[in-house]
Amino acid sequence: MALSYLRSSSSRSVNLLKPLSSSLPLRRPISTDTTPITVETSVPFTSHQCDAPSCSVETNPKELLTFFRDMALMRRMEIAADSLYKAKLIRGFCHLYDGQEAVAVGMEAAITKKDCIITAYRDHCTFIGRGGTLLEVFAELMGRQAGCSKGKGGSMHFYKKDSNFYGGHGIVGAQVPLGCGLAFAQKYSKDETVTFALYGDGAANQGQLFEALNISALWDLPAILVCENNHYGMGTAEWRAAKSPAYYKRGDYVPGLKVDGMDALAVKQACKFAKEHALKNGPIILEMDTYRYHGHSMSDPGSTYRTRDEISGVRQERDPIERIRKLILSHDLATEKELKDIEKEVRKEVDDTITQAKESPMPEPSELFTNVYAKGLGVESFGADRKEVRATLP
Amino acid sequence: MLGVVRQKMLGQSLPKIRPVVSVLRSYSSAAKQMTVRDALNSALDEEMSADPKVFLMGEEVGEYQGAYKISKGLLEKYGPERVRDTPITEAGFAGIGVGAAYYGLKPVVEFMTFNFSMQAIDHIINSAAKSNYMSAGQMSVPIVFRGPNGAAAGVGAQHSQCYAAWYASCPGLKVLTPYSSEDARGLLKAAIRDPDPVVFLENELLYGESFPVSDEVLDSSFCLPIGKAKIERVGRDVTITAFSRMVGHALKAAEILEKDGIDAEVINLRSIRPLDRSTINASVRKTNRLITVEEGFPQHGVGAEICASVVEESFAYLDAPVERIAGADIPMPYAANLERIAVPQVEDIVRAAKRACYRSVPLAAAA
Repeated sequence: MALSYLRSSSSRSVNLLKPLSSSLPLRRPISTDTTPITVETSVPFTSHQCDAPSCSVETNPKELLTFFRDMALMRRMEIAADSLYKAKLIRGFCHLYDGQEAVAVGMEAAITKKDCIITAYRDHCTFIGRGGTLLEVFAELMGRQAGCSKGKGGSMHFYKKDSNFYGGHGIVGAQVPLGCGLAFAQKYSKDETVTFALYGDGAANQGQLFEALNISALWDLPAILVCENNHYGMGTAEWRAAKSPAYYKRGDYVPGLKVDGMDALAVKQACKFAKEHALKNGPIILEMDTYRYHGHSMSDPGSTYRTRDEISGVRQERDPIERIRKLILSHDLATEKELKDIEKEVRKEVDDTITQAKESPMPEPSELFTNVYAKGLGVESFGADRKEVRATLP
Repeated sequence: MLGVVRQKMLGQSLPKIRPVVSVLRSYSSAAKQMTVRDALNSALDEEMSADPKVFLMGEEVGEYQGAYKISKGLLEKYGPERVRDTPITEAGFAGIGVGAAYYGLKPVVEFMTFNFSMQAIDHIINSAAKSNYMSAGQMSVPIVFRGPNGAAAGVGAQHSQCYAAWYASCPGLKVLTPYSSEDARGLLKAAIRDPDPVVFLENELLYGESFPVSDEVLDSSFCLPIGKAKIERVGRDVTITAFSRMVGHALKAAEILEKDGIDAEVINLRSIRPLDRSTINASVRKTNRLITVEEGFPQHGVGAEICASVVEESFAYLDAPVERIAGADIPMPYAANLERIAVPQVEDIVRAAKRACYRSVPLAAAA
């Protein structure tokens, strides 16, 4: 890995004068250090109808540490959700994202909260990336009032409009035309921002995707379609569902880029490139080569259609958190112990939040009838026994 | 609005439907006439002018001036940014419309007919109708889906279905069915201004019909409330509910019934969801008899809901079973004679009203 430090003596002396939180007096505090570091992505980008971006990615210690912490948090959160589901505190559907964290954090590093993100149902970590809190996640999963959708949405319906996260959608593929609609509105409003519409390799075959892509290309919409290719659409491997699993090429006249989705820096580079492209030239497709450790959902063991060796192989060779850990250690930005401490901290934060979430009450029965409309018009609605339960819609 | 009175227009050639004319302060025949087409066009024009977030999207809405000329002149006036011709991809452009509404724009998405809305129905129901609820109020969807609904003339089974019952069964949607030009203007303006997803069901055969419109209706601030039915004709003996084109049939039936001494009250529903149950029930409590009229298929139809509502709320007031007049329970045939008996006719409404008033010979036993 090529490595270059840019060092200025003045900043170094300033650092030495600052009180150091670390126990090692000579270590530079990395939580605020933004001295640039250049890292080479290990897998080159493959491009379709465009020039690939450079494999040299600019980053800094602060960003790398943030990547580590955020991904560790997401990982811990998803594993905790697994336990909660098995304890029957989470019901219904629960689609976990562990293994794919690099896509969520890498994307956020390249964009602002004014850019829009929309995804399907594997949305817990994307929500956290957009600024959602752990409490909102766990409370929503358990159907409590403190949840981001006040307990009325569930795992597949997280939203955070104030940071332009538009969900959270249960119908495979529907989020892509919706995302192109967001891009339309951004262009209409002259906001100079873009939309990332995420979908899986299973959804990539949906017709409405191509309808939306056609319109986006026709109207030059700043839409970035991101295929999170974890190689399995539920239990069906990509080669059994797609005649051509080169999803980044599916746009035909729309350019595409294939990206190592387990490398947060590669993801960041690709998203930065895509944003610049989309603002000038309209839609582009990013295919993130990623992997989910869990099955499709909690009712899928994930091992009937893939071997345990394959799963452990990816964990060994390509785990996104391990990659960042190695990068941080090899650049001497933190010690192993410091990183382990972060992981312990994150684990505690998750455990404490779950305790807090469990205390949040379930919604009031009257919530059955709220938010049906934005403007209720004083109309009546009914419960199962309409002579027993009626309400006026607010 | 003053009470409604029929006026005989002597020696004038009448449009196909004789509209009921409201009493004007002076009896001058200078009441302005407006076609439903012009009413819709002017409503779109005024709302687009008032709010830059409103835009129109659909097949042929721009350069072609609208498949039925409803959007005539709008491309020229507002430009291609705000009047968007789409490819023939309903799922794609309906989804794009809903996404734009998520961001805060106010799309008016036209389906060339609502038969084609089935290609996009997942976006109407799952992406639009349910979002405000699932997000506990974060994602409101101020979109209007509009276009012709129901039977036209000789267009066959795939182009003739009425979707009122389907959409009106879904919580989170508002479903409107204008009849007259006043309805068209007032309800479309209300729909565009409303922050919730509205399904706006027009009727191709009504586009060319003229109705009188007052100055109030012509004013750009004119708006009708959503969820309120209109009593088109006050009566004492039997209530007839109808929507869209069937309102005209019901009014004609009422004229025929009057000659036989039956005074029918005709309710123009205007809004299928929310349904104006209180107006319907108040009317039935007065007349004690009810005929529901709709163009669509009978099973699980609008009339079935109205009947259930009346049985629940006003059972003691019913002096006769509720009668339903609806489209025949078959896919729409092409041959003109078959088509005629597949859709409710005025005589069907008259016959049903007489049955409800115990004025007809009992029907032969069903086969």
